[in-house]
Amino acid sequence: MATSSSSTGVDKLKNKLRALVVDDNRMIRLYMVSLLKKANVEAEVAEDGKAAVNCFLQGKTYDIILMDKDMPQMDGVQATRILREMGVKTKIVGVTSHSTEEEKREFLEAGLDDFFVKPLTSPQLIELLKDVGNK
Amino acid sequence: MEVAHLQRRFIDLTTTLFQQGILDNQFIQLQQLQDESNPNFVHEVVSLFFQDSEKLLNELSRILDHQIVDFKIVDAHVHQFKGSSASIGAQRIKDVCIAFRSCCEENNRDGCIRCLQQVKQEYCLVKSNLEDLFRLEKQILAAGGSIPTMQ
Repeated sequence: MATSSSSTGVDKLKNKLRALVVDDNRMIRLYMVSLLKKANVEAEVAEDGKAAVNCFLQGKTYDIILMDKDMPQMDGVQATRILREMGVKTKIVGVTSHSTEEEKREFLEAGLDDFFVKPLTSPQLIELLKDVGNK
Repeated sequence: MEVAHLQRRFIDLTTTLFQQGILDNQFIQLQQLQDESNPNFVHEVVSLFFQDSEKLLNELSRILDHQIVDFKIVDAHVHQFKGSSASIGAQRIKDVCIAFRSCCEENNRDGCIRCLQQVKQEYCLVKSNLEDLFRLEKQILAAGGSIPTMQ
């Protein structure tokens, strides 16, 4: 479990958190991993929802999952639903270009903890990680 | 060429790109993620953006060439393009993608074709300007200077 220092920067978080980035777009994965590394978070990537579910089936654990919605093989809504059915309690944050209320509701109802429209920014990530650290 | 002159050109070009709304603050966010451990980060991200965008634009052209169009597929491609352009701070591309998606919702093929032309123009503009910016960066570094930091 990480604790945040009095600094506002997540680079000051003392213990390394682990994140899983789930997105089919390699450019977005590269961006998200760099954003997380800058915040001293260890990041792994999955190219779609199925790969994300497989990570948990292999027994891997994470402090936070950043999940895209539209992906081949298995989308973010389905993957989130399956992970919750598997009993995964990890914070799952939807990060997607989709922003209509209906799309957002569908994703949230699948079991998301939070939702952001791409691109996830550094200040948004800082807030998310503080919450994870405080859990 | 003198380092100071190159740095001035770099600042002027970047300022113009922001003033014209071609780039937004997300591009600065990308620049801030680049450091000694990740010295080519911006170039890598932007190169992936170029490769993926060209595939997407070709695919959109191919689909919209037909009289019968699956607007859900067009919308899915545009959605992807919107996300990636927003992630590098290509603001004007992202704005055209929003209009493009509205045309998809209305099953408006002519509107989609107009948006595709617009998005191609904006993409070419971003590409040529970013290539100029990277060229200037190389020249500054080759001349022994450092890249000016934009706020």
